[in-house]
Amino acid sequence: MPASGQKLNGSEIFFECLRRENVEYIFGYPGGALLKVYETLYDVKDIKHILVRHEQGATHMAEGYARATGRPGVVLVTSGPGATNTVTGITNAYMDSSPLVVFTGQVPSSLIGNDAFQEADIVGITRPITKHNFLVKDVRELASTIRKAFYLATNGRPGPVLVDMPKDVLNATCAFEWPETVEIRGFKPTVKCHQHQVEKAAQKIAKAKKPLFYIGGGVISANASEELRELAIRQNIPVTMTLQGLGAFPGDHPLSMGMLGMHGTFWANQAVNNCDLLIAVGARFDDRVTGKTDTFATQAYIIHNDIDPTNVDKNIKVDLPVVGDAKHFLQTLIETMPKEHEDRTPWLAEIGKWREQCPLVYTNEEDSLKTEYVIDEVSRQTSGDAVVTTDVGQHQMWTSQYYRFRKPRSIITSGGLGTMGYGLPAAIGAAFGVTDRPVVLFCGDGGFMMNVQELVTAVHYKVPVKIFLINNSFLGMVRQWQELFHQEKYSFTDLGDSNPDFVKVAEAFGCRAMRAENPVEAKKAITEALAWNEGPVFVEFKVVKKDMVFPMVPAGGSISDMLLERLNPKTMV
Amino acid sequence: MKHIISVLVENRFGTLNRVASMFSARGFNLESISIGETEDPEFSRMTIVTRGDDQIVSQVLKQLNRLIDTIKVTDLTKQPHVERELLLMTLKLSKTTQHEIFELINVFKGKVVDIKQKSITIEVIGSPDKINTTIDIFRSYGIRELARSGAVAIHRGES
Repeated sequence: MPASGQKLNGSEIFFECLRRENVEYIFGYPGGALLKVYETLYDVKDIKHILVRHEQGATHMAEGYARATGRPGVVLVTSGPGATNTVTGITNAYMDSSPLVVFTGQVPSSLIGNDAFQEADIVGITRPITKHNFLVKDVRELASTIRKAFYLATNGRPGPVLVDMPKDVLNATCAFEWPETVEIRGFKPTVKCHQHQVEKAAQKIAKAKKPLFYIGGGVISANASEELRELAIRQNIPVTMTLQGLGAFPGDHPLSMGMLGMHGTFWANQAVNNCDLLIAVGARFDDRVTGKTDTFATQAYIIHNDIDPTNVDKNIKVDLPVVGDAKHFLQTLIETMPKEHEDRTPWLAEIGKWREQCPLVYTNEEDSLKTEYVIDEVSRQTSGDAVVTTDVGQHQMWTSQYYRFRKPRSIITSGGLGTMGYGLPAAIGAAFGVTDRPVVLFCGDGGFMMNVQELVTAVHYKVPVKIFLINNSFLGMVRQWQELFHQEKYSFTDLGDSNPDFVKVAEAFGCRAMRAENPVEAKKAITEALAWNEGPVFVEFKVVKKDMVFPMVPAGGSISDMLLERLNPKTMV
Repeated sequence: MKHIISVLVENRFGTLNRVASMFSARGFNLESISIGETEDPEFSRMTIVTRGDDQIVSQVLKQLNRLIDTIKVTDLTKQPHVERELLLMTLKLSKTTQHEIFELINVFKGKVVDIKQKSITIEVIGSPDKINTTIDIFRSYGIRELARSGAVAIHRGES
């Protein structure tokens, strides 16, 4: 390691900084503005560079890696189109609060603003979609900027940070100084919760007859699952989770209620409607969760813990805000809770009745295949222990319903932005980070084509990712809305005639590929795919075309007006 | 309700853009924004005038705080503060109107900053309300051009 004060050029400083940030992988793609960096990279052995096939793929891979490991994902792309191709991935990471550090090459400082070749004002473009971003104007500021970028991405509410590096800065030399500490005047996240607020929360929890935990991705990013489990079990409080929160509490535990919201379980939404205390932790009352806000949890006293104060009172007015880290909140609650608490048996019995009233069910037929069965079967065969990535749409919602997530950092999915094309690269990124658990992808036939090029990356690096393509020959979720709310006008959602032969496509990329068209074949293919780890394995499941995800709360509707089956709204109590 | 917010920010390129684009991205009302260096060249002070109910203004304050380049965000509305705006305005000038114009300039404690045969440029300093009134009154004399600074504001000192 070079000593402090040694003369290095910008590219060398770049890698030296990544070393000090313990970066394992860079997901990147070379280009003109980064030639110096790639020249240096040629001899770098301790940091692995993964060559993607599209910069969007790099950002999703880095995010998949970040969500699976809890460590920041690192992206390296060139200026102009390289940089603009990262925009969707950065926005996705911003919406889902994933720690990402994106390095972009930039044209030489002297040319900035001149509409130079491959110039784009990426700092301007990404201002509203990054937690913060930087343009490095002087090589002497490079190390401290990189240090700040990693610090910002990973502290407080995580998020993407972009560092734009002009070509001349990467070529220039200076004495390398690694700042041991970071001081950012305008960034002082409240990590420790206010003791008084936590005590008040503890009192409320002890006295609640019908309490309910509403858990979001914040619990997972704060590594607070253990604390949640301890508190919920000790207090006998049921737990419902958002899409990003799944796995924060074991899905096979009797207190787990599964997901709430638009495609949540009937009993979770009933519990929200009927609880007298709602304890939201690391969740942001997203519209897919609340439906119509005036009718959301109207009988409940609401406690809201979040690391980001802007989430408090943004969508729903809460009764007791507790700003701070979820781990600190839950840990302090455990220490503060009074010994005695109300009896929750009647409340759990009430929930049990709702569960019996409208369970999650699907029918299986011998000669056709349902997505629900595929996911259910994968859940069984992996014992709920796989890292599961999804794309966006019906299969994503079915994954939330039928995969029984038992551990945190197990679901990697595009929640906030709903990015089709996210799944495949995210799965590859996750598989670089996690090697002791299978990494499974559920992906629709629409989304798969949006980043299909990354199959090359998976094949090239022999990434043992299980690609389960759920092919219903439709943009299924859009089709579902067209059927329910748009007079069955299936406008441009039928992909049946234009889809390629997916097995041939996968094989052309050099990927092992199989096809299954009924439950027996599906079960066998899943077993085979899970057993094979020499590289990526692809299974196309040809599923029925017109299946719909239920239950469903129509957009903007009250969660009490769930559709439990086709056009049969049942009004809940 | 109208709110006047003082924001101490890092004196860096792009900071104004970050603040302004946050307002437009989140659909907050931005009536005026003004910015200038403080006694310490590392910082600038912004004065922002916005409108909204309590819930919205509370979000505005939190979202401002969330930006990395903001150091301190203060809602001055309910605290003792001084608020001023500068108006520069060029009016048509003629023999028949010049007396009235000069009198009105005195009434508004304005200053003449430029005068030509057929036009006069004046400056008036005051609260945004006073500036609004000034413009209304002078409108009938023919305003050729006007520029307003937007409000700047500061806490009243301790007694």
